[in-house]
Amino acid sequence: MKKRRDVRQAVAGYTGVTVHFDPDQTTPDALGAAIKRLAAKRPPMAEPGRLHRIPVVYEGPDLEEVAARLKLSPEQIVEIHSTPIYRVFLLGFVPGWAYLGPLPEELELPRRHVPRTQVPAGSVAIAGRQTGIYPLPTPGGWHLIGRTSVKLFLPDSDPPSLFRAGDRVKFFASKS
Amino acid sequence: MTTVLRVIEPGLFTTVQDLGRPQAIAAGVPSGGVMDRFAHRAANLVVGNAEADATLECTLTGPHLVAEHSCLVAITGADFDLRVNGQVVPTWTGIFLGQGDHLTFGARRAGGRAYVALAGGIEADRWLGSASTYLLAARGGVHGRTLKAGDQISTAREAARPMVSGHHLVERSRPEYADHTLFAIAGPHVKRLDPEGRGALFGAAFKVSREADRMGYRLDGPRLATSGAELLSFGLAAGAVQVPQGGQPILLMADHQTAGGYPVVATVVSASMPVAAQMIPGDELHFKEVTLERARLMRLSLAAALDTLRRR
Repeated sequence: MKKRRDVRQAVAGYTGVTVHFDPDQTTPDALGAAIKRLAAKRPPMAEPGRLHRIPVVYEGPDLEEVAARLKLSPEQIVEIHSTPIYRVFLLGFVPGWAYLGPLPEELELPRRHVPRTQVPAGSVAIAGRQTGIYPLPTPGGWHLIGRTSVKLFLPDSDPPSLFRAGDRVKFFASKS
Repeated sequence: MTTVLRVIEPGLFTTVQDLGRPQAIAAGVPSGGVMDRFAHRAANLVVGNAEADATLECTLTGPHLVAEHSCLVAITGADFDLRVNGQVVPTWTGIFLGQGDHLTFGARRAGGRAYVALAGGIEADRWLGSASTYLLAARGGVHGRTLKAGDQISTAREAARPMVSGHHLVERSRPEYADHTLFAIAGPHVKRLDPEGRGALFGAAFKVSREADRMGYRLDGPRLATSGAELLSFGLAAGAVQVPQGGQPILLMADHQTAGGYPVVATVVSASMPVAAQMIPGDELHFKEVTLERARLMRLSLAAALDTLRRR
């Protein structure tokens, strides 16, 4: 898709692709038809992405509350969160942020009613069937269960993000 | 290249911007760039630059600059009481500055953002293919920050010779900045509004709230109730009107987040984005629904206005 002259950028999401196109080069109808043809071809499954192992200190400010709401112990939360190999579905929101999932059903919780105005960089968080790591200090409405010292936003690399769409991520509990 | 301008006063919020870094979106980095792409392009074309050259984007107030070497500049966008050595000079016009000349921005009469183009372009840090300043990452422009007193501005390359002042873009060729109607196509999730909500979106008056910056404008006005299950996150574009749970719409601007999950009920067309870019907190606006075909024609009409600056 990105190789087409009329396409400026194509961003893969969970269930769709957002295509930014040059209206001087094509029309929405023509491009839409080309995308449909491409989707019908069902390209072979991409190779599994790189696997990142991320150390997490599971001492997030919401860990106790999350455990209480899910009727689990904090140790069980850690166990369940660090078991799966997650997939990077989508990069975005802020630079370096990656939407990871699917989060096991046992940990599913809606977002916080009142988002925090500032979440520290490196916070490991969950919401819905997703998990992620805040790469920069930003506002945020997810539940903070841990923190990592791994840098996700790498401004002097290109692309400036540790994770890429399709990569796999495994968390493991660490003391510090 | 040569240092041509020195910053005496930077103005409230002045950054170096160009047309942004759309290729970085897939990595989660906002495209960024100028808020008013028309005014930026016009300023560059008036001084003989390529439209992608970097300019200064000056927000609400303008800088006080002194010429260290003679140079050609143009100021477009917001309407300021613009002066050289105390004498009134026109906007949207190439102005020649001699060594030692002082360029000052006085009272702001209309609009929110002025653009300063310099013949030869402005030399700046480039990050991911663009000179645009992105404050959150502290990259691009002048070391990733706003301008400050004492900064020196250099040309990116030798300006084309001869430098010709006096080129001008007439008012009828500019966007209708005073008309705060934002033309918009229906968004992908417009059906999540009930008929009453859709009526309000394309009928009621909204006001730019105080929470308005380069990322987006929160709009005061009727609350728009949306229905349906939570969406999975998807890619976003500038001009998108998102409606979070509280029902207060947000119009996404140049530095908007690249992905989100709130319903997008409308998308302001590119030809109306310069008008949106010149709005400031307290400004009232209306959304008017148009077809994609009409949006395309509006876009061509603005492009044709800029072409008049190229045919010389």
